[in-house]
Amino acid sequence: MSFTAQLLRGVRLTLLLWLLTVVVITLPLLGLARLVAPDAASGSLLQRDGAVVGARLIGQPFSTARYLQGRPAGAPNLAASNPELTKRVATAASRWQSLGVTSPAPDLLQDSASGVDPHISLAAARQQLPRLARERQLPLVQLERLLRLHQEGPLGLQSIEPVVNVLGFNLALDGLSAGAVTGQPVP
Amino acid sequence: MLLWLLAAVTLAAVVLTAPALGRHLFEVFDDRPQPAWDRWLNPIEAALLRWIGDAGRSAESASGYLAPLLISNALFALPALALLLLQPLWLNPLGFGGLRWDLAMHTTISFLTNTDQQHLVPEQSLGTLAQLGAMQFLMFVSAGTGLAVGIAVIRGFSGRPIGNFHRDLLRSLTRVLIPASLLLALFLLVCGVPMTLAPPLQITTLEGASQLLPRGPIALFEAIKQLGENGGGFVSANSAHPYENPTLLTNLVSTWAMLIIPAATLDAFGRFVGNRRQSNLLLVLVFALLVIGAVVAMAAEQAGKPVLDRWISGGNLQGKELRFGAGLTGLWSVVTTGTMTGAVNGAIDAAMPLTILTTLFNLFLQVVFGGQGTGIAYLLVFLLLAVFLTGLMVGRTPEFLGRKVEKPQVVWASLILLIHPIFVLIPAALTLAGGATLAGISNPGSHGISQVVYEYASAAANNGSGLEGLGDGTPWWNLSTSLSLLGGRYLPIAALLALADGVRRKPALEPSPGTLRTDTGLFTGVTAVVLVILGALTFFPVLALGPIAEVLTLAS
Repeated sequence: MSFTAQLLRGVRLTLLLWLLTVVVITLPLLGLARLVAPDAASGSLLQRDGAVVGARLIGQPFSTARYLQGRPAGAPNLAASNPELTKRVATAASRWQSLGVTSPAPDLLQDSASGVDPHISLAAARQQLPRLARERQLPLVQLERLLRLHQEGPLGLQSIEPVVNVLGFNLALDGLSAGAVTGQPVP
Repeated sequence: MLLWLLAAVTLAAVVLTAPALGRHLFEVFDDRPQPAWDRWLNPIEAALLRWIGDAGRSAESASGYLAPLLISNALFALPALALLLLQPLWLNPLGFGGLRWDLAMHTTISFLTNTDQQHLVPEQSLGTLAQLGAMQFLMFVSAGTGLAVGIAVIRGFSGRPIGNFHRDLLRSLTRVLIPASLLLALFLLVCGVPMTLAPPLQITTLEGASQLLPRGPIALFEAIKQLGENGGGFVSANSAHPYENPTLLTNLVSTWAMLIIPAATLDAFGRFVGNRRQSNLLLVLVFALLVIGAVVAMAAEQAGKPVLDRWISGGNLQGKELRFGAGLTGLWSVVTTGTMTGAVNGAIDAAMPLTILTTLFNLFLQVVFGGQGTGIAYLLVFLLLAVFLTGLMVGRTPEFLGRKVEKPQVVWASLILLIHPIFVLIPAALTLAGGATLAGISNPGSHGISQVVYEYASAAANNGSGLEGLGDGTPWWNLSTSLSLLGGRYLPIAALLALADGVRRKPALEPSPGTLRTDTGLFTGVTAVVLVILGALTFFPVLALGPIAEVLTLAS
C-alpha cells in the first residue's frame, strides 16, 4: 500500500479518535455529572452570605491568631538529607512556640504535598484550641464540641487518621462568634 | 495496623479482579464470542474501520503492524502540538497564551509516549481546551497504543498472527479504556472530583487573600490518567491535590486502578498460550517484587527522619497529604513507578532515600507490572533470556512456549534490554558533567545525583514521575528528555514486534522429555534472579552514588 494511502488512513483515524476521546465521551459525562453530583461536579464550593468563600476539599492559608491554622506549604520537595529542611522545621517549631504551642504536632511542621491540604490532625487542632478560646472569648468546651463536629476519619474512608477540616471548622467558628456577639443562633 | 490492612486489601483487590478483566481482554483480542453488554459495539467498530479504509486483516509481518502505529502516533501529535502552541481563546477562560516551542514539544512527546512527564504547571499554563483536546486525547490514544503492542507481542509468542494495529487500537479504546474510564470517572465524581466546564474560580479567602480553585473536567481526566498508566496531572500537585484525589477511598481505588490493567494483561497472556499456570507464576513473581518494594518504602516512610528527632516523632510527612499519611504515600510511590503510571500523591523528592531507591529500582527494571502493554512484553523478554541462560547451563536446546529460542531472538532480546540504560545513563552523565546550573539540582549531595538520574529513568521508562524539586523547565531538559522519551518508547516497540513476529514464524514443537519446563516454581525463581542481574546490575553504580549514599549519610 502506498505511503499516501497509509497517511490518509492515519488522518482519518486521528480525526475519529479525537472526536471520540475528547467530545463524544466527555460531553455526556459532563451532563451526567450535573444530574448525579452537581455539588461535587462544580468543585464542592462553600458559600457564605451568597458569596463563594472557598471549597470544602481545598485548604486555605490561615495566619492570624483568631483562626485555626493549617499545615505549612511551599517547599514540599526538600529532601530528607537537605539541611534546609532541618532549618525550615526549626523555624516552624519556634513560630508555633510563639503562638503558645510548646511541642507542635508533626503535621504542623512538615509541608503538605499539594499546598492546599484541607486537614490537620486532631492533636494539631487541640493544641490550638486554648488560643482560639482566648482570642474569640469562647468557652473551651464549646470549641471541643465544634472540633468533634468537623472531624473526618478512617470510618468514613476520608482519611487514614482522625483529622479536622480546617476551613469547615473556621467557618463554623465565625458563625459561633457572630452568634455570640448578636446573641442570635446562626443557621 | 490499619495502614497494613488497607494496603493488603488494595493489593488483594487487584489479584481478585485481574482474572475477570484478563478474560475480557482475551475474549476481545482473540475474537471470542463476547457478552451481550459489549456485542453491540461490533457493527459500529466495523463501520468505523471501513471508514478509516482498513479491512481489519492481520498484518503479515512486524513492519505491517509497526508502520500504521508510527504513522498514526506521529499524526496524533499534531492536534496536540497545535493546541499547545496556539491555545486559542475558546474554552480558555483564563486566557493562557501558547507554550514556548520546546515546552510544547516536550509536553506533546511526553503525553504521546504514555509518559506524562510535566515540565509545566498545568493550572497556570493550560486552558480547558488544551487539557481536553491535547492532554486527555493523548492519554487515551497512548494507552491504547501500548495495550495494542502488548497484545500483538502476546499473539506472536502464542503463535498467532500478529493482528491489525488500527483494529487493536480502536478496540482497546472502545472495549477497555473508555468503558473503564467512564465507570471510574463516575465513581470519582461521586467522591468529590469535579467534572465541569465552568472556569477555574478566583475567590477571596476568609482572611482576605485570593485563591484560585482549579476546577475543570477532572474526573474523566483522572480516570484515564490512572487506568491508562499515564500519570499526568490536571494540576501540578497531581494526585496529591484534593480535586484529583479527595479522600482515603479515592486514594485506594486510584492505587488499584494503576495496577488492574497490567495485571489483567498478564492474566490474558496465560489464556492466549493456554497455560494459566505460567501466567499465574509470573503474577506471583511480579507481585512479590511489588510487595517487597512496598514493604520497604512503607516501613521507611512510617519510620520517618532521624535528623528531625528533636522536633518530630513518627512518620515522614514532608511533602505528604494528611489524609493518606506517610505509609500509603510510600505504597503509592512504589505502585506508580512499578506500573509506569507516574502519578504522585506526595513528593517523592522528599521521600526517604530507601523509598527513592525502590522507585528507581522499579524504573530500571520496567516489569514490576510495567507500562500499559509494554510491561508484559518486557517480562517476556526476560523470560526468553532466562530460558536461554538455563538452557546453556543444563545443555538443552532452549525452548519457550513450544518454540525454539535461537540466535535472532537472543539478539533482539539483548538489544531491547540495552536501549534503556543507553537513554538513561548517557544523558544523565552529560547533564551532571554540565554542572549544577545546567542540571537544575535543588537538593545537595548525593540526592542531586538521584534527581538527574531519576528524570531520565522516568523519561526512558515512560513513567513520568519525578523528583520535582529539579528545575526541569529549561530548553536543555525539555530537549534531552524528549530524546529519552522517544527512544524509550518507539525503539523497544519496534524491536518487540520484530521479536514476537520472529517467534511466531517458528514451527511449534511438541514437548519432549528433554524440554525445560518454564511453568515451574524453580524456573520462576531463576527468572527473578535473571531479572535482577540483567535489569538492575547495569544501574547499580548510579544507585550507589544516589540513594544508597544518601541512606548511609542519613544513618551516620
